[in-house]
Amino acid sequence: MSGFRERDTWWAYAFLIPWIFGFIVFTAGPMVWGAVLSFTNYSVVAPSHSVGLANYRQIANDPYALLSLKNSFEMTAIYVPLEMGLALLFASMLARLTRFDGFFRTVFYLPVMTPTVAIGGMYLLMFNGPYGLVDQFLGIFHIPQPYWLTDPNWIKPGIAAMLVWQVGANTVLYLAAIKNVPQQLYESAAIDGASAWRRFKDVTLPMISPTLFFTFIILTVYGLQVFDQIYTAFYNPSNAKISSDTSLMYVIYLFQQAFEYLHMGFASAMAWLLFGIILVITGIQILVSKRFVYYEGEQTR
Amino acid sequence: MKGRWKAIAVLAVAAAVVAVVAGTAAGAHRGVSSKSAGGTLNIMGFGTNGDDVAKNRTAIAEKAVAPVKVNLPNGGFNEQQFLTDLASKQVPDLVYWDRSYVGTYAAKGALMPLTSCIKSQHIDLSQYRQAALGPVTYKGVVYGIPEFFDVRTIIVDTNVADQSGVTGKMLNTQNLNTLKAAALKMYKHNGGQVTRIGFDPKLPEFFPLWAKIFGVDILSKNGLVPHLNDPRAIAALTYANSLIQAQGGYNAFLAFRNTWDFFGGDNQVAKNQVGAWPMEEWYYNVLASVSPNVHVAAIPVRNHIGGIVNYSTGSAWSIPKGAANTAAACKWMKAMTATKTWVTVANIRKAKYAQNHQYWTGLFTANSKADAIINKPTSGEPKQWASILNTVEHAEKYSFAIPASPASAEFTTAWTNAVNRVLQGQQSPKQALDQAQKEAVAAIKAATK
Repeated sequence: MSGFRERDTWWAYAFLIPWIFGFIVFTAGPMVWGAVLSFTNYSVVAPSHSVGLANYRQIANDPYALLSLKNSFEMTAIYVPLEMGLALLFASMLARLTRFDGFFRTVFYLPVMTPTVAIGGMYLLMFNGPYGLVDQFLGIFHIPQPYWLTDPNWIKPGIAAMLVWQVGANTVLYLAAIKNVPQQLYESAAIDGASAWRRFKDVTLPMISPTLFFTFIILTVYGLQVFDQIYTAFYNPSNAKISSDTSLMYVIYLFQQAFEYLHMGFASAMAWLLFGIILVITGIQILVSKRFVYYEGEQTR
Repeated sequence: MKGRWKAIAVLAVAAAVVAVVAGTAAGAHRGVSSKSAGGTLNIMGFGTNGDDVAKNRTAIAEKAVAPVKVNLPNGGFNEQQFLTDLASKQVPDLVYWDRSYVGTYAAKGALMPLTSCIKSQHIDLSQYRQAALGPVTYKGVVYGIPEFFDVRTIIVDTNVADQSGVTGKMLNTQNLNTLKAAALKMYKHNGGQVTRIGFDPKLPEFFPLWAKIFGVDILSKNGLVPHLNDPRAIAALTYANSLIQAQGGYNAFLAFRNTWDFFGGDNQVAKNQVGAWPMEEWYYNVLASVSPNVHVAAIPVRNHIGGIVNYSTGSAWSIPKGAANTAAACKWMKAMTATKTWVTVANIRKAKYAQNHQYWTGLFTANSKADAIINKPTSGEPKQWASILNTVEHAEKYSFAIPASPASAEFTTAWTNAVNRVLQGQQSPKQALDQAQKEAVAAIKAATK
């Protein structure tokens, strides 16, 4: 507590100044400025004035704002369980490997290195109805081949599937968590006659629940904010022919309002509303997590 | 604890001071650069990218503005960057962009009226086509000097047409029933998969052309009154959509179209994957270059009473308000779009093409005087390419464009979304265009407040 009188502590904080500087200039400053703009009709090019809460009221009355918010929620609701489920499956498989595990870890992680814009471009090729790689694979098993890019029923599942391209990042996180589960717990469970499924359900899952919970929050936030891949695939001017009411996500609409229609004030209000929504969702997730997440060292419930 | 908070407060203040100082320094730097811009012409959005016409015109314009130094970074117009420049009051002297941007920025007061520039440089506006001047003129004031000019005609794969018993006369957009019958004759499928498109109406992009064929402009001349739910626009969308639905439906149709090797040697004409479709004239250049032996023809698009119509778009030069070097900017625009410049660079290209045994398929500009000189078939040109050039050159005279609008982006989004809703089966043409009309009216009203 008396650390501030010590020379080392001052040095530590001196080293923190660049970060604090960056935070003020690039994060806190724009956020505060965005909040101010959300109460104006700022358009960059014309003089602006205060409009009070009009932008927030307009969001409530804008059918595209509400539609895009609904789309973002629905897509995230598909994406998060899909990504977590697949990452857990791959991590469980990798954890069982005794040879070449490093190689496969790298292989699973490699797609994460793909630039997000390239993922959007690849999506158009891989999900192009019966001509795309995905449908051709489904065709082998005589599974119906959807038109992912243009059929309103399949656009959101298609986008969720595109985002899963980067499942390797979470796979590696889950793998690390699984590897950290004390071996003796599995041995005890085995001695008690627990099946593999019971060991997974009652040992692995509770022990990696903090990691699962962390990724649950991060993926939810990501799903609601994802932009690059969807914009590249559906809204890049050369692809506007396949944009649709179904692919319009909240952040895409926010971008259109800000940079295409020059409604910066309105877009700022949309951004702050999304911030508030994410804050509430995260709060609810934290509250709910108290029932399901187990942290080592804390009292058992 | 008290001491800790005190220290944190000190550190935060220190960081804030650093931030302010850095900001001030950046501001000071901007000040210096704008002062030194007196001898520089900063251009945004015009990259030569190895194109000979762009390079040779740049060389001519550089001479015209000498001794001013020209700063010409590669890359197209970037709206986000331009907005950042406007916000920081550090605008380029010239922007090169699509003509559709001009109305919106002019309405918001971000562009310099070119009245005095045109007068001082004696720029002859009569040399530019009306359809090119319309989108750069807002409330009677010119805010842009038009440059390239797209001409849309129907490209016909004559191999496919001949094999299917379809003649050029059947591909007349005046006779819609005959056109649909011709489309179905050329269309091929294998089960649920399309293997050849008979006639592609190019939706949603060419909806304004279809509306014009049916006799209506989707936006009034002053750019303030949309006509998206005019019965003729609804009929146009109904018809164009029916062409797609009759050829496998939108999903199968588009998925097949997405497989085309559009710019490659295995393009859709070389592989006989399409019978006919309306398209910009530059695609003839692509075909002549990558697959010169294909058999194609050009047919002008005609409206319901048989008149030729060309839906035109293109690029323009504008000067943002606050530009430091408007005199040089004005000289540059004049030089880049002058008849003499176009003719000079076209002749260089023709000579290059002749040397490479490449066919001349034209260079279509907003300057009608230049085009009349440039776009004549060269001697020894095969009949096919000569005929195409003549057809496109003739169609160019019957051009229309979407006028400058204070809400052009919203207007375009409104009709594009409407067409897509129809194509995807979510709404009828009337429902979709009624909704688009409401959205467009609201957007224009808000933009003119």
